[in-house]
Amino acid sequence: MLAPALAFFGVFALLPLAGVVVLSFFAWDGLGTPSFAGLDAWVAVFQNPVTLNAMKLTFLMTALSFVVQFPLSLLLGTFMAGHQRYREAFSVLYFLPLLFSAAATGIAFKALLDPNFGLSRAFNADFLKQDWLGSPNLAFYTLIMVISWSFVPFHSLLYQAGVRQIPKSMYEAATLDGAGRTRQFFNVTLPQLKYTIVTSSTLMLVGSLTYFDLIFILTGGGPGNATRVLPLDMYLTGFRSYQMGPASVIAVILIVVGLLLSLGLNKVSGADKMESQMEGA
Amino acid sequence: MKPVTRRATLAGLGIAVPSLVTLSACSGGKKPAGGGGSPSSLSVWALTGAKEDTYQGSFDAWDEANPDNPFAVEFFANDSYKEKIRTSIGSGNAPTLIFNWAGGTLEDYVGNESVVDLTGKVDDILSHSIESIAKVGEVDGKQYGVPNNDTQPVVLYYSTELFEEHGVTPPTTWAELMTAVEAFVAADITPIALAGQSVWPELMYIQYLTDRIGGEGVFEKILTGEADAWSDPAITSALESIVQLVDAGAFGSSFGSVAADAGADAALVHTGQAAMLLQGSWVYGTFKQDAPDFVAGDKLGFLNFPAADGGAGDPANVVGNPANFWSVSADADPEVQELAIKYLNEFNLNEDMVDSFLGMGAIPAVKDLEDKLPDLDDGKFLSFAYDMVINAPHFQLSWDQALPAAPAQELLTNLSQIFLGEKKPADFVSAMNATLDS
Repeated sequence: MLAPALAFFGVFALLPLAGVVVLSFFAWDGLGTPSFAGLDAWVAVFQNPVTLNAMKLTFLMTALSFVVQFPLSLLLGTFMAGHQRYREAFSVLYFLPLLFSAAATGIAFKALLDPNFGLSRAFNADFLKQDWLGSPNLAFYTLIMVISWSFVPFHSLLYQAGVRQIPKSMYEAATLDGAGRTRQFFNVTLPQLKYTIVTSSTLMLVGSLTYFDLIFILTGGGPGNATRVLPLDMYLTGFRSYQMGPASVIAVILIVVGLLLSLGLNKVSGADKMESQMEGA
Repeated sequence: MKPVTRRATLAGLGIAVPSLVTLSACSGGKKPAGGGGSPSSLSVWALTGAKEDTYQGSFDAWDEANPDNPFAVEFFANDSYKEKIRTSIGSGNAPTLIFNWAGGTLEDYVGNESVVDLTGKVDDILSHSIESIAKVGEVDGKQYGVPNNDTQPVVLYYSTELFEEHGVTPPTTWAELMTAVEAFVAADITPIALAGQSVWPELMYIQYLTDRIGGEGVFEKILTGEADAWSDPAITSALESIVQLVDAGAFGSSFGSVAADAGADAALVHTGQAAMLLQGSWVYGTFKQDAPDFVAGDKLGFLNFPAADGGAGDPANVVGNPANFWSVSADADPEVQELAIKYLNEFNLNEDMVDSFLGMGAIPAVKDLEDKLPDLDDGKFLSFAYDMVINAPHFQLSWDQALPAAPAQELLTNLSQIFLGEKKPADFVSAMNATLDS
């Protein structure tokens, strides 16, 4: 029963992966035959200031996206799981960004943030007339905002489901013990969401290592190299400069870091020996 | 809940891996490698956009005359074509006719023996092509490409309305350009629209300035890979002139957000927010489409790039894209190659194609159009641009096309950092000199 899935995974994930590792030891410009170059590409990548800067940006982006997305999605998810008035109407609104493709989101934000023809002109609002995507100081943070806008709904959904699974009796007991709303959130909701937090954080952190489409459409890595994160650096090196060796090295780095990060998260959180804290389970 | 096994943890990690792999796969464009690429039949890939119908019409005409050997035609968007064509040539699956920009990529193809030497086989088509443009299709003195569309010189567009309103003379020298910049800055109008987000429009400045200051020889030394060729004083002076323009506020404060692909730079001019625009001749079509009244009302003026004071370059020199080119794939069977060459001589840039290009305001790379142009709808612009090209002692292919891919990317990044004020001219020069050794 596992065979078709394994075959699929092997052909579409492991095989190309092995190809990339092999290619990282070759020099190839996309034409002709690749020639063996030993560790040349590896040395070049670790000496290239552009790639080193891309690594820095990637880690910064991973950290910042997490810092912005985690509290927002946790709070929104908890809110959406409740029974307040208009909750459903709000939830539908929060959910909307999840329905748009990254390309559509990118093009729409690019148009809205255009200082000459975008929102600032439509509403005649001068404070919106910033060089959002064109200034090396602003572009990176603008990207974090757009990325969070796109991905918070998904993580909220995870938290909503997580909160809904917490037995009502635990809240009743907490109320009897005299715990207020805030106390209940920190002492009941948060500990019960432990595994949801691990799942969501893993997806968030590993996912932010591979952000590509939104950034590609919004800035293309610019202005200068201000938003050239590793996945973009890999693409531009491979398919614009046609240096397939160094591009493969960057791909290998991304894979290794992604794997280490998810393994690490699983170890640290103890999710590899998951046990329920819920009553009766 | 049951404890999760090690295997399940690993499977969970699997989600990270496919996302990386699909990331590298998404570069191939949307279309699967369908038709083109069979060595035993005629095939061709061309670009989508305004000229798509012209190419399709030309291949339809061939199909009608040669029903036994029809062309399999596929159209791609510019960026996805550029990525796809390289892979297909590298793997021996290239279409018979290879659409290209000459320059560095064509040299790569020749070096890899992917394209056929056409010398002596395409004299019919070359006899009515503009000579200086046909020469661009040569590598080491042999003809590997023939022009297949319009010539695209870079032109300084300006809004006649804004120039009159503020009493500014259209600039023909560097000093006049700086005066115009100051006048428009004082009037709170962006002097020159620049699509800084797209980066490549910034190349037009360094190309023209280097040529005007030091002549065409400066870049020729760079192309031949002479050591420290970027250290030429003309390059430094050109970079300093760019910094001078940026510091004077010539491009406004938000050029980094302007993208050329949506025509935002042209829009700044026809909506009266900017006075000038240095862009390719193809932008005339954008103006015509987006602001027909602006063009019809004679509000769009055009000039060659201003002369440098005391510069060594000929002010009549032109930079841009001389044309696009067809090359013939060496992977195709010999008889298929013969058919493709027959197409090039008999159908490429024939009268129908020429008329079709002229109808959209584009200037086909063909001789002896002088008398035909003034009577056309866009006669004024077409005559201006045609004369500019015909009279140019030298037509410089855009540097990003002329250079091999890796140095071209390095050039774009470093140049954008000059415009953003993140890099000094001296750092630019040393970064670019480093690309000459490889």
